[in-house]
Amino acid sequence: MGSKLTLGRAINTGLRQAMEADPKVLVMGEDVGKLGGVFRVTDGLQKDFGADRVIDTPLAESGIVGTAIGLALRGYRPVCEIQFDGFFFPAANQTFSQLAKIRRRSAGVLSVPVVIRIPYGGGIGAVEHHSESPEAYFTHTAGLRVVTAATPEDAYWAIQQAVASDDPVIFLEPKRRYYEKAEVDTDATLSAAPPLDAARVARPGSDATIVAYGPMVKTALQAAEADTERDIEVIDLRSLAPIDYDTVADSVRRTGRLVVVHEAPLTNGVGGEISARVTEECFYHLEAPVMRVCGFDTPYPQSRLEEYYLPDLDRILDGIDRAFAY
Amino acid sequence: MADTAKPKGGGTAKSSGGRRQNRKNDSPDLADESPKDLLDHYRRMLLVRRFEERTGQAYTQARIGGYCHLNLGEEATVIGLTSVLDERDYLFTNYREHGYAIAKGMSPRGVMAELYGRTTGVSRGWGGSMHMFDTETRLLGGYGIVGGQLPLATGAALAVTYRGGDEVVMCQMGDGTTNIGAWHESLNIASLWNLPIVYVVVNNFTGMGTTVEMASAEPDLYKRGSAFRIEGHRVDGRDVLAVRDAASGLVERARSEQRPFLLEAYSYRMKGHSVVDPAKYRTKEQAEEARDKANDPVAIFEERLLNAGVLTEDTKKEISDAVREEVADAADFAENSPHPDVSTLFDYTYATPVANESKRMPSEPVFAE
Ligand SMILES: Cc1ncc(C[n+]2csc(CCOP(=O)(O)OP(=O)(O)O)c2C)c(N)n1
Repeated sequence: MGSKLTLGRAINTGLRQAMEADPKVLVMGEDVGKLGGVFRVTDGLQKDFGADRVIDTPLAESGIVGTAIGLALRGYRPVCEIQFDGFFFPAANQTFSQLAKIRRRSAGVLSVPVVIRIPYGGGIGAVEHHSESPEAYFTHTAGLRVVTAATPEDAYWAIQQAVASDDPVIFLEPKRRYYEKAEVDTDATLSAAPPLDAARVARPGSDATIVAYGPMVKTALQAAEADTERDIEVIDLRSLAPIDYDTVADSVRRTGRLVVVHEAPLTNGVGGEISARVTEECFYHLEAPVMRVCGFDTPYPQSRLEEYYLPDLDRILDGIDRAFAY
Repeated sequence: MADTAKPKGGGTAKSSGGRRQNRKNDSPDLADESPKDLLDHYRRMLLVRRFEERTGQAYTQARIGGYCHLNLGEEATVIGLTSVLDERDYLFTNYREHGYAIAKGMSPRGVMAELYGRTTGVSRGWGGSMHMFDTETRLLGGYGIVGGQLPLATGAALAVTYRGGDEVVMCQMGDGTTNIGAWHESLNIASLWNLPIVYVVVNNFTGMGTTVEMASAEPDLYKRGSAFRIEGHRVDGRDVLAVRDAASGLVERARSEQRPFLLEAYSYRMKGHSVVDPAKYRTKEQAEEARDKANDPVAIFEERLLNAGVLTEDTKKEISDAVREEVADAADFAENSPHPDVSTLFDYTYATPVANESKRMPSEPVFAE
């Protein structure tokens, strides 16, 4: 039976499933228990699973992620919540120096199945620290899986797969889409869900491809709808590390044109990597250079100017125009 | 000057972090005070109160973007602390800093315009609620990242010793902040290198929804300097004169003895963590305590002044009217100030301009020559 869930609620329900399925799954973070988290994503979990499994921690991101690593070394599966993108950085040392490297360092003997959940991205009228898109910092670090979810359905399955993964997973939640509602089939089985690292064709098309992820998938779909002259395919990347290049390359070979869209700043972003890779794999199929429509290379702006900073319909359509004008 | 080695305002508080204690009777005697100074403290506390109420209103009406944390309930700490700083002294704070910005000397107009994100704001609209800066009045920042201000304030104190000045740095933070790594690193460095800095922990008993007892292994926060041999004191943060005396003693000692001190001031956060927080995690009892007139620093001081005859109903009204007008003027000023233009989106990112390949706007021609 399906039920209509918001994206936030879908993650909550997915976490609940994961906790029921495996008693070693723990949730920890600032105000995740009694308060249910800043965005209420862990709402009710402490009440149902107890304060030993849903842990209100002191204000100490380094301590949260570090102790989660220690728990994981001894068989637990901690899910850490960082309140906002910009508050991750005190935990960077633990994440980049330990979490990402312990498997390799121990020649595969040790697993650190930690999930770090981070509400990320802009569009909520907030400012720096509360609106940033830090994915490239993570994708540049081997050993970390980095995933996003664009829909409630995806979020519901992806959080369970992230918890089940033996690799550390950075789980990026598009905070401005937390309240979007959709049908989720909560009775289906986890094994039937598409793999965590598979991209998804969100809208088939034949003239050009847009690759987007997280909060930008919806915007990309709107742009594709708005383009009445051309038939645009939209790919929801879902996993940013590793990237499902097969799905992307297959699409580009059919359409010959690619526009990559993300909120994160343009330079050295995920879009640059995709552009390079697609150029290598699909050079003879490309009708135009790969276009990137991204956030600008500035700190996240004050709220009044964020509408200019964030890729929107106009900017995505402009990117498509450029791909056709070449 | 008070002997702040034993602060008058409650240095003996119990380990509950001072919760549910009654105000100590050993606050300075009003008879020893200049009525002019007393009224000035009162006026300034009331200004912070009304300014923050107006800010909350403007935020609710979507005139202010971002997140917004108010000083409501902490007016005695704001005014008591800043009243002992010289113009040359530096102040670093967390994001709950609107009151501090005004008290350190920024105009309410500039602060309100900053909250509104307008170009006439103290940071031209680019800092917002959490990031007020002013080199002239020496507020070197509100900081939105918890603990962000601590190492920076410590570095500013190191700069004072290198430059051979006699300024003092004051570094304000909340109770929850004493649990983040930056706290330990900063206090150790400050003590090791004998830096003239006073760390002030504003203990409002909660960091968001987390109580001090839930988060701190040593809930007597003023004792937490002892691991670094930093002398710590606690004061009733609802009593502006007690805060003033405690802070003034420590600031002067930091100046003359060239070493760091720690002051904990406790009082209630009257509202939620930020304007949008309904604070549902509070028990009924906690919510009542936070709203209780007996814990309201402005009401406490007002009543004392009225009882002592320093404040009359007439002067009270006069002050109240003047403060309201000042706040209304600040809001009008902000309201009528311009938003930053899109063309400034790329400004202030580098000292010397760099090529910014990302700059393209949709209105530009598809392929620029
Ligand atoms: C590194 C970091 N983690 C989390 C946050 C989110 N956050 C903002 S304020 C706050 C509580 C801080 O409590 P406290 O230090 O007691 O100060 P108060 O807000 O009570 O004045 C939290 C968790 C943040 N801003 N920065």
